[in-house]
Parts: sequence; structure tokens; C-alpha cells
Amino acid sequence: MAVPSPEQPRILVGLVAMVRRDLLLAWKRPGDVLNPLFFFAMVCTLFPLAVGPSAEQLTVSGPGVLWVAALLSTLLSLNSLFMSDHEDGSLDQLLVSPQPLPVLALSKTLAHWLTSGLPLVLISPLLAMTYRMSTDIVGVLMLTLLLGTVCLSLLGSIGAALTVGLHRGTALLSLLILPLAMPVLLLGANTVSLAAGGEPYATGIWALAGYAVAALSLAPYATAAALRISNE
Amino acid sequence: MTAKLSANDLTLIRGESCLFQGLSFALNAGELLLLEGQNGSGKTSLMRAIAGMLSLESGEVLWNDVPVSQQRQEFHGSLVWLAHRTGLKGDLTLVENLRFEGALRPQSDVDPSEVFKRLGISKLKSLPLRSMSAGQQRRVALARMLLSDAPLWLVDEPFTNLDQEGRELVMRLTDEHLAAGGMCVMAAHQDVDINATVTRVSL
Repeated sequence: MAVPSPEQPRILVGLVAMVRRDLLLAWKRPGDVLNPLFFFAMVCTLFPLAVGPSAEQLTVSGPGVLWVAALLSTLLSLNSLFMSDHEDGSLDQLLVSPQPLPVLALSKTLAHWLTSGLPLVLISPLLAMTYRMSTDIVGVLMLTLLLGTVCLSLLGSIGAALTVGLHRGTALLSLLILPLAMPVLLLGANTVSLAAGGEPYATGIWALAGYAVAALSLAPYATAAALRISNE
Repeated sequence: MTAKLSANDLTLIRGESCLFQGLSFALNAGELLLLEGQNGSGKTSLMRAIAGMLSLESGEVLWNDVPVSQQRQEFHGSLVWLAHRTGLKGDLTLVENLRFEGALRPQSDVDPSEVFKRLGISKLKSLPLRSMSAGQQRRVALARMLLSDAPLWLVDEPFTNLDQEGRELVMRLTDEHLAAGGMCVMAAHQDVDINATVTRVSL
């Protein structure tokens, strides 16, 4: 067994401190967290009002609407991931800290997911009710959203890191992320649709989980590299 | 182990202009490297290059005779950087900010309350930084520097926003740091009154 190097616990300390700081900042500025969440809730509740209360139509379009709204709301929140750190110079301080940058990038992404992805998953059953989803299907929806938002946060962190030095980089960020996010949207929405139609849907869940694992293992390195490049 | 920071033949080109060319220096424990030059002459860029945040056209920065690019983490563990922008969070209090910084880098065993008292910020401990004056925020950034265990200080215009007493305090603190075997790279407009060996680099 390898002797644990003395650096290991410090890395964990750094990771926890980073997540805690970002959660604390989110707590002190709840608007940044609530805005994308409100957007998600608004789109999901307004859609049935616009298309009418036909149960048939709502069950068919429900998974798609919920998933598109989730994707857009995540894109909305991603812009702020590194923005404030860039503006007040703390990103520079992170770049010259002895902590490995991929770990810091991962902890920032984790904090982002905890304040944007997770709340979205948690309120989704409430919104799914407007689309007459049964309890089983709501479970599938939550599971796909859980895996999907993890993917989106991780992929989004790469885009956010690349566009951090640009003013008004939101449009570019969305353009960069969309091709990578498309499979997540297709897998997520279709898996829920299949489940609603009573067909086997496990493949979709596994594929999403695979995508999440791949993103988890690669995205922090890409984000770290992107941060170094855009901060030159 | 006595630490040593050196650079040979640094050249940095930003856009169309060459900021410096063939720049070399060596800095031993207890010495100060003073970067002088007009606004826009590349003092901050040189400092960012030393910290390994800018890629140089040519040349290398060496820490203990090993290129910084080969030991980035170790080198970053030995430096603390006081930049133009303090890098502290306006929404967090002094204590919350410094606790986070403390988790990121090795800390010295000095008593934080002594440092706060010396910098005259002990009454501001539970205030968010947003509600402090620019000079007070700079003092918090100084506290971060004093609490860290890093031998190498990179200080960019440390006198900005500070009153006369604060400027003298910065010089005394730098003096003490150098006397204890530390090193300092400082970019400054005004002349400094420091007892240690001073190497000057004019940009």
C-alpha cells in the first residue's frame, strides 16, 4: 500500500473550503440562485396555460418542456460561475494557490450544481404535476434530471472558464456548450418519454450516467486549462 | 534551505509591443527586488510572469534553480501575491475571507489577532469587506500576506489607497519579513525606505 503523501489532506481541506465559500456567497446573494430557478418554474407553468389543458397533449409534451427549461435555466446560471471571481481578482489568487487547479475547478462546479442543479431537481416533481405525470414517471424524471444537471454543470464549467475574460460572453458560452449538451437533452427527454409510454428506458439512464462519469473525470482538467488560457 | 528566485533572459511580448527583453535577475533570501517604471511599462505583467500566469516569449523563472513550470504547485506554495485587486470577497467578512485563504495555502503560526491589531483592523472582523474603505480592504489583503507562511512576497503597488501611517507600516513589515530570511518582489512608484539589499529593475 502506498504511503499517503502529506499533501492529500490539504487538497481535501481546499476542496471543502472552496465549496463552503461559494455556498456562503450564494446564501448572501440568493438572487443569483433564485433567478434561474424562477425561470425554470415559469417556463414549466406557463407552457400548459398556453397550449391548453388537454391531458393527452400535456403528457406527450411534458418531458420535453421540462428538459428544455432545465437546460436553458442551467445555461442562464452558468455565466456567473467564474464571473465574480474574475472581477474581484480572486480567480488570480486561485491560480497562484498551491492547490491543484482541477480540484478547485471541480469544487466550484460542485458548489454551482448544489445551488442550481439540485434545487431544480427538487422542485421538478411539483412542476411535473401540471403535466399529469404519474409518480413512477416523476421518479424517472428526477433521476434523469439529477444525472443531466451534473453533466450540464460540468460541461458548462468548461464554457464558463473559456469565456470568463469576455464581456457579455453569455451568447458565446451557450453556443460553445449546446453541441455538448445536446446528447444530454435528447437522452433525458427521450428516457422520460419512453418511461411515460410504458416502454423500457433503462438504457437512457445508463447512458446519462456514463456521460456524467465521463464529464466528471475530464471536465475539471479542461476547465483548469481553460482558466489558465483565458487568464493570460 | 535558503531559497532563491532567479530569472534569465525573460522576454515578454503583449500584442504588438515588447514589454521587456533579455531581463535577468537573481534574488536571494533577505533581499528585495524593486520593479520601477512608468504606468504601463510592464511591472504587473512581469509579476504575473514570475507567478507563472503569463507565458513568456523566451527565458525561464527559476525557484531554487529549478524552472517554475516544473514545480508549479510547490512554487505556488512558497509565494503570496498582493495584487491590484485584492482578490477578497466583498460579501464575506474579514474572518470568513481569511479562513478560506488559510485553507488554500500553508499558514504561519502567528496569532491572527496580533496581526489584526497591528494592521488596525481588529474592530472590523465581522464586517463584510464591501462596507470597508479601500484602504481597509488593502489592510485585510496585507493580513492575508502576513498570515501565510510563504517566503516569497509578490507585492504590486502595496502603497495604493494607504495613508501615511499605512505606507510606513508596509515598509516596516517588509523589512521584518526580509530580516527573517524572506524575499520580496515589489512594484512601486514611490521610493522605498528599506534596510535590506535592494536590486532594482527598471522597465
